[in-house]
Amino acid sequence: MSMAADTTRVERPPAPPKPWTRTRIIGWLLVAFWALAGLGFVIYLYNAWNIDLVQKYGPRYWSGLKTTIVLVGLSLLAGALLSVPVALARLSRNPVVNGIAYAYVYFFRGTPLLAQAFLVYYGIGQFSAELKAIGLWGFFRDAWNCAFFAFTLNTAAYQAEILRGAIQSVPKGQWEGADALGIRRWYTFLRIILPQALIVALRPYGNEIILMIKGSAIVAIITVYDLMGETRRAYSRTFDFQTYLWAAVIYLLIVETLRNIWDLIEKRLTRHLKR
Amino acid sequence: MDKVAILLSWGDQGWADEIASGVVVTVALALATLPFGMLLGFFIALAKQSREPSLRLAANIYTTIFRGLPELLTLFLVYFGVQIGLTQALKAIGFSEGIEVNSFAAGMFALGVVFSSYASEVFLSAFRGIPQGQYEGGFAVGLSSGQTMRLVVLPQLIRIALPGLANLWLVLLKDTALVSVVGLSDILRQTGIAARVSKEAFLFYGIACLLYLVLAMISSIGISAIERRAARGNAR
Amino acid sequence: MSFSTRFKLGLATAAIALAMGAAHAEDRMKLKIGTEGAYPPFNNLEADGTLTGFDVDIAKALCDEMKADCEFVTQDWDGIIPALQAGKFDAIIASMSITDERKEKVDFTNKYYNTPPAIVAPKDTDIKGVTKEDLAGKVIGVQGSTTHSNYAEATYTDSDVKLYPTADEYKLDLVNGRLDAVNDDIIVLKEFLATPEGACCKVVGTIKPDPKIHGEGAGIAVRKGETELAEKFNKAIDAIRANGKYKEINDKYFDFDAYGG
Repeated sequence: MSMAADTTRVERPPAPPKPWTRTRIIGWLLVAFWALAGLGFVIYLYNAWNIDLVQKYGPRYWSGLKTTIVLVGLSLLAGALLSVPVALARLSRNPVVNGIAYAYVYFFRGTPLLAQAFLVYYGIGQFSAELKAIGLWGFFRDAWNCAFFAFTLNTAAYQAEILRGAIQSVPKGQWEGADALGIRRWYTFLRIILPQALIVALRPYGNEIILMIKGSAIVAIITVYDLMGETRRAYSRTFDFQTYLWAAVIYLLIVETLRNIWDLIEKRLTRHLKR
Repeated sequence: MDKVAILLSWGDQGWADEIASGVVVTVALALATLPFGMLLGFFIALAKQSREPSLRLAANIYTTIFRGLPELLTLFLVYFGVQIGLTQALKAIGFSEGIEVNSFAAGMFALGVVFSSYASEVFLSAFRGIPQGQYEGGFAVGLSSGQTMRLVVLPQLIRIALPGLANLWLVLLKDTALVSVVGLSDILRQTGIAARVSKEAFLFYGIACLLYLVLAMISSIGISAIERRAARGNAR
Repeated sequence: MSFSTRFKLGLATAAIALAMGAAHAEDRMKLKIGTEGAYPPFNNLEADGTLTGFDVDIAKALCDEMKADCEFVTQDWDGIIPALQAGKFDAIIASMSITDERKEKVDFTNKYYNTPPAIVAPKDTDIKGVTKEDLAGKVIGVQGSTTHSNYAEATYTDSDVKLYPTADEYKLDLVNGRLDAVNDDIIVLKEFLATPEGACCKVVGTIKPDPKIHGEGAGIAVRKGETELAEKFNKAIDAIRANGKYKEINDKYFDFDAYGG
């Protein structure tokens, strides 16, 4: 394709006029559609602006948003801790250890989060007498704890797979090189393998955070009123469709902000890999 | 144990028949969504790799929205929003006839747009995996650009995209559970009703999870069969 | 997407029906009735997939009276009014209390029953009454988007009020021991107490209905402006009250007149 290398200075010809090809027309039509949709959206929200509604439900949305962020944040952290042993078990050559970890990961990745939440909340609730006997009922009695528990188990399964894939992506030579230098294996893992693996895992981790934020929208069904739950509550009181639109705006803002922050982090951490 | 056997029996006493109908709804919804979502995703991928910036912009707006919204919210927006919008639009142009978006159609549409925005990414990276020479070769033997796409690029594209699409299919199967919230009688709704009425929550929600696992396993078997078939031409 | 257009009662058709007079009365009206199916003994979905309950029987009697062919549609409670507005059905017969808040969105018929709310708690409870003070610090379960949830959230501000999508779910949690008390219609709660699971619990007391919150009893909701249909329902309610059909259904479920004073 390239033919520029040997030519001496040649004047660049003027850009040919862009013809209105079919794709271009379709493209502009679609852009116009989005522009109109966006405009309609803004006009609708402007006209529907109702200070009573905002005063009444604004604080509720705020508390719902806090619930979402705290719940997802803590679940992700706890899941990250739990995912390390699971990932190591998945990498283990012991068939029993590996099998158990595989079953765990398969179960939580193969079933809907909603079903898992129900199973934990109502299913475990059925055994309240037994749980009381072993002193765990105090934890499972609370809906928030149940949601936290279900979310943690769920995200740990996904994070374990991310971590496992990332660790396996580090070339074997890194292990061998460290071995040759006489570095102990756990030290090799911690200081040589893991940092390289985490860079590979960065993008999937970012996706997992976003998936959890979106997935957490189901939690109101087990009586934890997060952003989505407050939205549904506001809608069922007012039947005003803007309640859902505001939720959409908030979720989009969170996800886009996170995505951009994550891009920045990734750029910064992979500086040394740029050529 | 007798009690469990009755609860899981077929017929008026037990819940097996209701749950079986739930499985049918879940599978039907996922199967109906798949072609719709794939086709839409393919066109969005085409738009995203187009040289026309306006087309790329439009496609990017689409995927940003539907990948950023929680699936449950998308479902509500479609279920209530499209309904209200359509009814009002029809009223505005003088139709008094009601129009009804049923929950199956709403679920299919909502899951389809979500599926398509993820599928477009899969297709896009598959497009990038096809060397420019394939297009040039197609043109060189006198195929039109449509024919080149259909006969040369598409068969390879599907093979490259298969693992990604298979993954999205498994996600789709799980996402269908959300339609239970808008009243479609899928696996989770039927087991949920059984759990509440019989007060055997662990049993029935456990069954729901197992059914989803079984569907995932059957899918995996099907997917690897398709992958083997698709890889035939690649055998060395 | 598959859309199905559907016959809808409109002013135009009503006008035609009037113009054609009695001859047209033979043409049976088609109605879709929305209900919840998770609120025994008023409306409940059985294991064999059929709907039963007081609401359902009343609805059938009203349809007979109005010479209408009725079809039932089940819909989750928190989406039941939007679904009515969206045209998924033409009327809600699901023990919906007639409240001012709801009247802004839908039109109601006259009430077809009116019973007081109550508080139920485990048998070993230390809750003595139904006031705010009695329930302070307790966890109370109610179904969301109901008059009971509005009342509980407004009244029991020192308690932890938890909202459930259906009545069945708070019952599950009451049995499991997550809840100290629940608040709902006395009839619904008594029905629950009569089941084996309900043996755990007892009625602590009934709540004096607050007309501002609890409204004036349960009515049938129709889309705003469809007064014609609401009137037809009203006439039918009066008719079954008069001809003994209502009493027949009432006695099947209750040992007192649910219509109230």
